Amino acid sequence: MTSLSLRASLREVSVPPQMEIVYAHPAALADVPMHYCPGCSHGAIHRMIAEVVDELAIRERTLCVAPVGCAVFAYKYFNFDSCEAAHGRAPAMATGLKRILPDRIIFTYQGDGDLASIGANEILHAALRGEPIGVIFVNNAVYGMTGGQMAPTTPVGMKTTSSPLGRDPLTQGRPIHLTEMLATISGVAYAVRRSMHSVAEMRKTKKAIRLAFQAQLQGLGLSLVEILAACPTNWRLTPVEALDFIRDRMASEYPVGDFKVDERLRNWSGEC
Amino acid sequence: MARALWKGNEALAEAAIRAGVDAFFGYPITPQTELLEYMARRMPELGRVFLQAESEIAAINMVYGAACAGARAMTSSSSPGISLMQEGLSYIAGSEVPCVVVDIMRGGPGLGNIQPSQADYFQLTRSAGHGDFHPLVLAPATLQEAVDLMYASFDLAFRYRTIVIIAGDGALGQMMEPVEMPPMRPPAQDRPDWAVFGAKGRPPRAITSLYLDAEELEQVNQRLQAKLKVIAAGEQRWECYLTEDADYLVVAFGTVARIAKSAVRAARAMGVRAGLFRPISLWPYPSGMLGTLIAQMRGVLVVEMNAGQMLEDVRMAVCGRVPVRFLGRMGGVIPLPDEIAAEIVHMARTRQRGNGHGAQRLLQFKE
Repeated sequence: MTSLSLRASLREVSVPPQMEIVYAHPAALADVPMHYCPGCSHGAIHRMIAEVVDELAIRERTLCVAPVGCAVFAYKYFNFDSCEAAHGRAPAMATGLKRILPDRIIFTYQGDGDLASIGANEILHAALRGEPIGVIFVNNAVYGMTGGQMAPTTPVGMKTTSSPLGRDPLTQGRPIHLTEMLATISGVAYAVRRSMHSVAEMRKTKKAIRLAFQAQLQGLGLSLVEILAACPTNWRLTPVEALDFIRDRMASEYPVGDFKVDERLRNWSGEC
Repeated sequence: MARALWKGNEALAEAAIRAGVDAFFGYPITPQTELLEYMARRMPELGRVFLQAESEIAAINMVYGAACAGARAMTSSSSPGISLMQEGLSYIAGSEVPCVVVDIMRGGPGLGNIQPSQADYFQLTRSAGHGDFHPLVLAPATLQEAVDLMYASFDLAFRYRTIVIIAGDGALGQMMEPVEMPPMRPPAQDRPDWAVFGAKGRPPRAITSLYLDAEELEQVNQRLQAKLKVIAAGEQRWECYLTEDADYLVVAFGTVARIAKSAVRAARAMGVRAGLFRPISLWPYPSGMLGTLIAQMRGVLVVEMNAGQMLEDVRMAVCGRVPVRFLGRMGGVIPLPDEIAAEIVHMARTRQRGNGHGAQRLLQFKE
């Protein structure tokens, strides 16, 4: 039985009186197969976003701006309205949407090449303006869709298809810490880094996504959640090894933590 | 409404406001900046969206976002800024959302200068971005016409879900003329049935230009091309001036065309029956009407503020039936009525000597 038909049959199952449903397909997630590689974090992150949208009951007024990169088809996987942006331009596109639809919940979903390289200017100025949009920044240290080239977030020494000898800081620079940079900007309400390398970290990731959406619901400014994500295919690792790589290599360059949390969010005690 | 004296860039801005523009996103660049400044004052007064973007790239992508939500969105720029907008224009064309762009052209290539130019003709009509598409390009010659075309531009953009570009030049943007403004229309209330604004009570929508399957993308392209054919058939605009009895035809658009009118009159005073054909729509090019006019002509003179870009459209319409001469000024130099008139008279005398084809100089520039 495929996972799809299993899911469909589970929905039809009647729940006996002494049992309750504790885990179900989120209404905000489309019931379609995803194209992601085994061990890729995108699918789980999509699901977390969908769960948060359901929990906040905002599916009918949420819009996603999808990126160019592996998550280019994000708009097929969410069960709400979306647009597909040009590479790096999602914050500008989201700005246009939010200015016309100020009462809608608008978020961009961007990778590290998209946000930290070609779109660095767009995210910087959206932050400067304090655009009340959400930014889900998925950092897997490489350009995934094009086959694992060096990204601005690639750790020093890491071999990629465009840094075959390992990233050399003398000629290729050091990894950019965009979340820490954006945290210095007053228009940013929420800037944190989370990770997908363990279940405990994933729970914290979901809670951060929920806080980011909450910041937008409160109109506090730009909210950004950077998520350290696995790319086993381009890292040439197994899915399990990829999680260890996040913990051992990426998290040392990119420590998880809160870099900016608006005071008005700290008092919010939402449960996830 | 009474006529009042307006500056070109500000008249365009006010006309867009009266046409019901919801949102303006732009970036300063001479010689269009007054348009942005006017919007900065007026749009907030009316409770509409004005935003000075961090770049032309961001501005066109903000337009893209606002247009996806069904808004009447626009930007304005000048040649180097339009180059930066090409990426966004291509996505907008591929996604089939409507928007309006004003290009107040300046001298190029590169940083060039801030003087009037028509050297964006190819860029606007042929290569406004990667992929197969054409914006609807309208080139006014007077401020009244600029206002009227701007007023009609959002209706055209929404009717065809296409990009409409108002192509002016630095002279049009900076000059002052009496203009009668059209009445104020309220911004549209209803959101189009293709727009994204939250999937309440309906299935979700996605606006995209991505089709990985080759045959699917070919079908999308075929649909786009079919739409362009409808636009090409229905939206050709032109003006004929003193062409009824003309033997020699000047073809010019925008600022050059109004100068050419003086030249045509001067040539007639010197005994040459000249007329002017002025394309108002640069894409679609009014080839059919030009082709019809050619039948009675003994020669054609194309005058542009570039190295001969519309010249190619004229040659295609003429199809070798009569000699085509060209007078081009570049780098922000505006051709004078006298030099255009001299070219018309020279063309006529060369033809009368019977060696028109042999003597024609297809490209002629002032030293």
